[in-house]
Amino acid sequence: MDDPEQVRARLEETGYLVDDGLAITCFLALRLHRPLFCEGDAGVGKTALAAALAEALGAPLIRLQCHEGIDASQALYDWDFPRQLLHLRAAEAAGIRDADRLESELYDRRFLIARPLLRALQTHPAVLLVDEIDRADDEFEAFLLELLSEYSVSIPELGTLRAEEPPVVVLTSNRTREVHDALKRRCLYHWFDHPSFGRELAIVRRRLPEVSARLAEQVTALVQTLRGADLLKPPGVAETIDWAEALHALGASEVDADLAVATLGSALKYREDADRARGLDLTAVLASRGGRR
Amino acid sequence: MTDEREEGTTVGVRALGGDAVLVGFVRALRAAGLEAGSERLHAFLRAVDELRAGMRADVYWAGRATLCGGHDDLERYERVFAAYFGARGGDTSRAVPAAAPPRPVLAGREAHGGAREPGEREPSGPPTATLASSAEVLRHRDVAALDPAERAQLHRLLVAFALRGQTRRSARRRPARRGDVDPRRTVRELLRRGGEPARLRRHARVHRPRRVVLLVDVSGSMAPYAEALLRFAHAAVRGGRTEVFTIGTRLTRVTRELAHRDPDLAMTALAAAVPDWRGGTRLGELLREFLNRWGQRGMARGAVVVLLSDGWERGDPELLGAQMRRLHALAHQVVWANPRKARPGYAPLAAGMAAALPSVDAFVEGHSLAALERLAAVVRGASSGAALEKGAQRA
Repeated sequence: MDDPEQVRARLEETGYLVDDGLAITCFLALRLHRPLFCEGDAGVGKTALAAALAEALGAPLIRLQCHEGIDASQALYDWDFPRQLLHLRAAEAAGIRDADRLESELYDRRFLIARPLLRALQTHPAVLLVDEIDRADDEFEAFLLELLSEYSVSIPELGTLRAEEPPVVVLTSNRTREVHDALKRRCLYHWFDHPSFGRELAIVRRRLPEVSARLAEQVTALVQTLRGADLLKPPGVAETIDWAEALHALGASEVDADLAVATLGSALKYREDADRARGLDLTAVLASRGGRR
Repeated sequence: MTDEREEGTTVGVRALGGDAVLVGFVRALRAAGLEAGSERLHAFLRAVDELRAGMRADVYWAGRATLCGGHDDLERYERVFAAYFGARGGDTSRAVPAAAPPRPVLAGREAHGGAREPGEREPSGPPTATLASSAEVLRHRDVAALDPAERAQLHRLLVAFALRGQTRRSARRRPARRGDVDPRRTVRELLRRGGEPARLRRHARVHRPRRVVLLVDVSGSMAPYAEALLRFAHAAVRGGRTEVFTIGTRLTRVTRELAHRDPDLAMTALAAAVPDWRGGTRLGELLREFLNRWGQRGMARGAVVVLLSDGWERGDPELLGAQMRRLHALAHQVVWANPRKARPGYAPLAAGMAAALPSVDAFVEGHSLAALERLAAVVRGASSGAALEKGAQRA
């Protein structure tokens, strides 16, 4: 892809709408082979961006979900011990006694189980999603930093494996913990805001073409209002889509305040938030925004 | 190169000699406090090279992606960008907040580093003995009543302080004598013996300290204690897995500032970062902000959260009570350290304190070195004092 406009167009073909800033940032990530570090509230489309990039590039999406205590054998590679053992037994039964040969056979690539990071280095092209890096611990961050600066790993029994061409890397963080600056310095940074009314409506329309225009508009207006209502967990774009989908599944082509309240659970995940939403004048919201035809 | 999107928004980079302008911009950012090192600068120049030269939006986004490292940087970035390249009518020239007012320096800063004022007496006698005995006396003294020399000694003592949270089982395992069979190591051992049966290898879960979050009240009523408590926080951060926030009229995350090894440098960095020394307190609102922005996303989840405050609440005690209930539901343990608790005749009558207490697991003192030691013990879970304190309080 030659310029940000083209990146934007290709992403839009996959149904992922981006603004100027994100288009430029994605373009730079592809051009400079830098990982893209995405931060923002839950449900604003950080993970979806990786999926969209993969689709746009025609590359497989390789996902690594981070968690506390994740280590190299879960993220990078492991040896298939049971199969190695079977191989050894089989060799013995066949009467092979050459110990050196046996050992070199045992640490052959076919006994290597590639976990997401190694798979991403071996696949070309590939999009690697390192999801919720803030959940992993410092040691893993340091390990990842090393891997992302060289795009190679050394496996003691096999030697160094280098990526022919580095994968496109997307890291996401929910900011539960500050990610180390050394890692961020390697990356391009992008902060995801909640989208504007127009953009969000366009996203809903694109993702759910079967939902009526009026319903999409009303749900978007409701979610935008709820975001301003000082909630514990403001709904993200993912929730807007869920809500519209739920209403559509109920056979609705438009929504009134009662129906909105009845289906609030699609968008709000805390009892306190639902209480607060019920206290708002939803009819007025529906009349002012979703009311126009 | 044609400009199809935004007419007349070139930054004039080429006209002014390209890189020099961009480097100047990065300098301006650094002066504004952004940590844009040479690696980031290099990435920025490369990024601009890839884009349409001189286009305002392209330079803006290239810089934003390469020079910013977090959400907190964005506002500063925007301000400096507008100032450096000139504000444009329309969307990028959003309201620019005024520069922060000059900040007062921490009280007691003049007293450390051993630089005594002329005329002040030198400690006599063998230094170690003096230090030990006076440390013992100092341990129980109220921090608010110390003279500068004693305060300096207290600060030295605080340096040796580490606050490790109670342990919890982590997902990680490591080799152990007892525990579950470790298939990886067992099979590796089998391989080494050519497939002959070998001893079973075992592993067990690692126990890691829980995260500790300190919320230090720096409002006016806490002024006599703030520095000692922050130095305590500094020592705790050096010990690992501790996050520190100051609360006053606003919430400020200061973990990064406190990461300096040298306590005096850390205090200087902190004084520059915290804008609201000695203001009022809005505990309830700030606690809500903490929970919304950090706590609920995971920082308070399963952590030991310590509030260091006298509980004087200017705002609505109801709100504080509600937020404390939220915090209690998220955290593993909520500890409240109140320096005023040690005063004779103290009763938690301040409206905020009274509203908060039902959601507090341990209510401890926080006025002296000994009290802070006890607090550290409670946080470590080593002391059964936590339960006692709690019982006494609720009785």
